[in-house]
Amino acid sequence: MLDIKHISKTFNPGTITEKLALHDVSLHLDAGDFVTVIGGNGAGKSTLMNSIAGTYPVDEGTIEIAGTDITKWPEHKRAKFIGRVFQDPMMGTAAGMMIEENLAIAARRGRRPTLRWSSSSKDREHFRELLAGLKLGLEDRLESKVGLLSGGQRQALTLLMATMAKPKLLLLDEHTAALDPKTAEKVLGLTESIVREQQLTTLMITHNMRDALRLGNRLIMMYNGHILFDVSGEEKAHLTVKDLLAMFEKAAGSELTSDSLLLS
Amino acid sequence: MDLVISTVSQGLLWALLAIGVYLTFRVLDIADLTVEGSFPLGAATAATLLTAGYHPIAAILAACAAGMLGGVVTGFLCTKLKIPALLAGILTMIALYSVNLRIMGKANLPLLQQDTIFTIWQFTGLDKGMTTLVIGAIIVLIVAVLNYWFFGTEIGAAVRATGNNPHMIRANGINTDAMVVLGLLLSNGLVAMSGALVAQSNGFADVGMGVGTIVIGLASVIIGEVLFGTRSFKNCLISVILGSIVYRAVIAAVLQMGMPPNDLKLFTAILVAIALSLPLIQARFNALRKAVKK
Repeated sequence: MLDIKHISKTFNPGTITEKLALHDVSLHLDAGDFVTVIGGNGAGKSTLMNSIAGTYPVDEGTIEIAGTDITKWPEHKRAKFIGRVFQDPMMGTAAGMMIEENLAIAARRGRRPTLRWSSSSKDREHFRELLAGLKLGLEDRLESKVGLLSGGQRQALTLLMATMAKPKLLLLDEHTAALDPKTAEKVLGLTESIVREQQLTTLMITHNMRDALRLGNRLIMMYNGHILFDVSGEEKAHLTVKDLLAMFEKAAGSELTSDSLLLS
Repeated sequence: MDLVISTVSQGLLWALLAIGVYLTFRVLDIADLTVEGSFPLGAATAATLLTAGYHPIAAILAACAAGMLGGVVTGFLCTKLKIPALLAGILTMIALYSVNLRIMGKANLPLLQQDTIFTIWQFTGLDKGMTTLVIGAIIVLIVAVLNYWFFGTEIGAAVRATGNNPHMIRANGINTDAMVVLGLLLSNGLVAMSGALVAQSNGFADVGMGVGTIVIGLASVIIGEVLFGTRSFKNCLISVILGSIVYRAVIAAVLQMGMPPNDLKLFTAILVAIALSLPLIQARFNALRKAVKK
């Protein structure tokens, strides 16, 4: 479903702040793969995700989704294939617009907008059903502005928006990191059930090793702009946090033991 | 009574400018200075066409189209050439000064001999003041309804979301650059239309008549929002139109009280500065009140 071949990305090339963020990264995801991505700060996780989403172009390599080469596509065009939830709960929704308007926009993700009225009463009924599935009581608040919702509610709404027009690829960029533990747990549970129900091909960055192990059928760890290791299936299912740390140390060397990643 | 009628009708003619400024300042979240050029552009285009014998309605539509073109230029500068929106607007505004002189061929074009949108209804028996009021109200109503309809459509919702959260709308597959250009186009089309109407009502088009229009537009938007609310898009549209009328009433009142007309722009600027800082003043005031209570 996703085929990344030898992509590299350097920020601020030729200046003193030059940073090689991705170095010759290749990654293939089969349809239905749910991959968790871990790695310390500056490992390249977010750069990988933003490169796929098209936030900025890559310097080298190609990216294909469902057999289509999207390497040169601008961000908005890629949205046809990709649903995204950001780390910042403010980023995935338009705060000054009603819940209904946000959902209407998300329902036609990737389609060219027309001069038809934005949402009909039939749409509203559909939105209400979807919102009821979140169990947050939002189904009665279609006309509330999204800015009035809590961070957790907004993240749950963004998740719904990212998946309501079934994406070929779902990108989750530490989407629970800014939430309190209890809310994070709820949003993760929601993520799990939506991904399972729709059998979405998913790439999820997380800082939490336990979540990375618990969720998904495959795990990759990044370090210094490349993929350190990649485990899946049975091997991943039996992995523990301890194993992960051992593998990390072995692969990256002892210099990393103080990395903030290991504290979580 | 005459003063009330003329105040309200002036407010209506300028309300199109206020809606235009609202579209950029609030909907797109851009302070667009193009309006200072597109307002006289509309006036110049309409006046020139009227002098050449065209029908007033044709002149107004042409003015609107010219303003749209001005908006597209600013949109091109800030999306394709990545010039900051504020500067892009200033560049277009300055460029339009020369363009407007070219269109008119001189700095001031009187319209006293020409038929205007306000004089062609003499057969109805209404006097000029009343005609201006009625025509102004009809045009504002049409524009408001069209705006309400458009910003409720899929494309309109995409424009609003672009100003609200560009990340979100890009992630949903909308080309934000195109939406910014579209918003600037609509805004400046309305501003130019306002210029065309004001020129016909005043009886002349002047190359300098754009000075301070952005501040007048902002004053109308802010007064309207404070007095009449911002609950929904429809509410905002109505607020902005009423804000424009209230602004004219305030101006008429201070002139009646003896303020020299030359000080009007200073007065308006101070009014807008105070209005823009209201949220901050309010927050400070609330904090102070809490402190006193304790």
